[in-house]
Amino acid sequence: MDEEYDAIVLGTGLKECIISGLLSVDKYKVLHMDRNAYYGGESASLSMSQLWEKCGNGGSPPASLGANRDYNIDMVPKFIMANGQLVRVLIRTTVTRYLEFKAVDGSYVVNKGKVNKVPATDMEALRSSLMGVFEKRRARSFFIYVQEYEEKDPRTHKGLDLNTMTMAQVYAHFKLEPMTIEFIGHALALHRDDSYLDKPALETVKKVKLYHDSLVRYPDLRSPYIYPRYGLGELPQAFARLCAVYGGTYMLNKSDAEVVYDDNGKAVGVKSEGETAKCKFVVGDPSYFSNKYKKTGEVVRAVCILNHPIPNTDNAHSTQIILPQKQIGRRSDMYVFCCSYAHCVAPQGKWIAFVSTTVETQNPEAELAPGLALLGPIEERFVQVTPIYEPHEDGKSDNCFISKGYDASTHFEDTVNDVIDLYQRITGKVLDLSSEDPMVANTEV
Amino acid sequence: MMPDLAQQQSAKLVLLGEMGSGKSSLVLRFVKGQFFDYQESTIGAAFLTKPLPEYNVKFEIWDTAGQERYHSLAPMYYRGAAAAIIVYDVTSADSFVRAKNWVKELQRTGNANMIMALAGNKADLVKGDSSSRQVPTEEARAYADEHGLYFVETSAKEATNVDELFEEIAKRLPKAEVPRQSSGSVPLEQTQPAQASSSKCCS
Ligand SMILES: Nc1nc2c(ncn2[C@@H]2O[C@H](COP(=O)(O)OP(=O)(O)OP(=O)(O)O)[C@@H](O)[C@H]2O)c(=O)[nH]1
Ligand SMILES: [Mg+2]
Repeated sequence: MDEEYDAIVLGTGLKECIISGLLSVDKYKVLHMDRNAYYGGESASLSMSQLWEKCGNGGSPPASLGANRDYNIDMVPKFIMANGQLVRVLIRTTVTRYLEFKAVDGSYVVNKGKVNKVPATDMEALRSSLMGVFEKRRARSFFIYVQEYEEKDPRTHKGLDLNTMTMAQVYAHFKLEPMTIEFIGHALALHRDDSYLDKPALETVKKVKLYHDSLVRYPDLRSPYIYPRYGLGELPQAFARLCAVYGGTYMLNKSDAEVVYDDNGKAVGVKSEGETAKCKFVVGDPSYFSNKYKKTGEVVRAVCILNHPIPNTDNAHSTQIILPQKQIGRRSDMYVFCCSYAHCVAPQGKWIAFVSTTVETQNPEAELAPGLALLGPIEERFVQVTPIYEPHEDGKSDNCFISKGYDASTHFEDTVNDVIDLYQRITGKVLDLSSEDPMVANTEV
Repeated sequence: MMPDLAQQQSAKLVLLGEMGSGKSSLVLRFVKGQFFDYQESTIGAAFLTKPLPEYNVKFEIWDTAGQERYHSLAPMYYRGAAAAIIVYDVTSADSFVRAKNWVKELQRTGNANMIMALAGNKADLVKGDSSSRQVPTEEARAYADEHGLYFVETSAKEATNVDELFEEIAKRLPKAEVPRQSSGSVPLEQTQPAQASSSKCCS
């Protein structure tokens, strides 16, 4: 490995793999390493025995859990917005050819202890049991406004300036009730707390629009979400493959990989097993750069194996349930995700449910109680608290371009935003996701 | 009569094995009937397809793309594969060790019904003069029998047993069960967003 590269990427998490894929397509010479023997880092999907070991449950998994190899359990559970930025990256890089996606069956929100389907369009608003007759009409006109809103077409703004109005003012304009505001803000715009209310409305309107546009993006979607067969761990691998196809070099199992700095503190290479590979800059997740990051919070996640679908979700194989902060007396929302053997992440007859939230107390596990209570009988449970890190610097002075950790958010929009930001800091170029034209040639051998 | 194309079953087939054992050469010989003495080490491979109408199957053949160099191939590459050809070079004992590791890996993590074939390639190099042979045929055959693999020695260069290898796999593919069930999958590349019917409705 005593060679010279343009970029050395450390860690094969999703962000790092998207970056290495994009850089190779841009003709950078890339070396990509991971300390683990498997792809994915934090964003890997683990087998049952890997999870069992990681969470230290003791002994070995009981036979009742089924075949170890049939499990692909996400460490960072999220769903993909069908019209979101990750889908654009997948299409533009043609990485879709390595993957197969299936729809997520349903999206739900908890209100007064009950699980309700999230109404996301004007039509669904009319049918929803969450609202009374008059409120339904008001909600419907809000939805029609959002569906028709185009940032570039002032006629669709109907006299509202969303850059100066706050979201609270927009809600007031449509005379929406607190309960409606809650599900719009938390279950459609997917805000994790209420700080958005006093910010310009444009961001939230765009988010509600994204939810709606995702719902109608492909025929027959019953939620705005899609999810890959075999779990999210397939995503980093697919981008790694793109990188390899464009000449990138892969080395796993480099447990001692260490960044080498020059006298001015600039990264100049990576050392492993007594050899040093030189490079112009290093990209990676925070764990590869000691002292260059800070902790910004913690996420607590429970993985639960079930023998049944989550109650009150129409026997769905895959669902998301949002528990808005106020419904459970918290400052941040709680999320339940569920997938089953239908997405090839568990043996026949098993469901995997994830409950996650931002840690607020000294006893994170106890915080998950309201989410766990929705699941019905739980066959096996694993709880993990993960710190979230953020880099101190932007990489210009030390040639270290460091990604942020994965927060509690339910989807990949923030993930892709971090990638876009990293890509721009590294290359000076804007990653254009406005078009869906492939940025790479669709080659055969 | 031509079989109904719509009925033709697609089967993902992957090639695994040490660098330089001849994976790309076998694919190229089978799909295009070509061979190059200076076949470049594979970097940018996606996949090739080849229909075998006699067997009512269309092979989607995946060649490795450089990740194999440092034994870092992503498992997604062989995920969902209906069949795998594990290639070694009869003049390299190391490549046979690597092939056996692949068999172990696939039996541990791969699709349980995957059809596996072991190909001892570059057989032309030991034809007549066997001094450069490092893997005895009988040893490889015994190993293959023990692990339930179809075994054949091939030469991509001289087109020996190459079609036979792929055809034998086609024969063994289960007719009913298609591992790559695509029911309910969402085709992301479909660029035209579905019509937003909801807002057009009146109430
Ligand atoms: N004599 C002989 N040479 C062969 C045969 N098959 C391949 N070769 C040669 O062996 C070398 C490597 O072949 P490739 O097909 O590139 O091997 P590969 O397994 O695809 O290698 P990587 O892509 O680097 O993993 C080339 O120079 C080929 O010409 C064969 O059957 N006989
Ligand atoms: Mg090759």
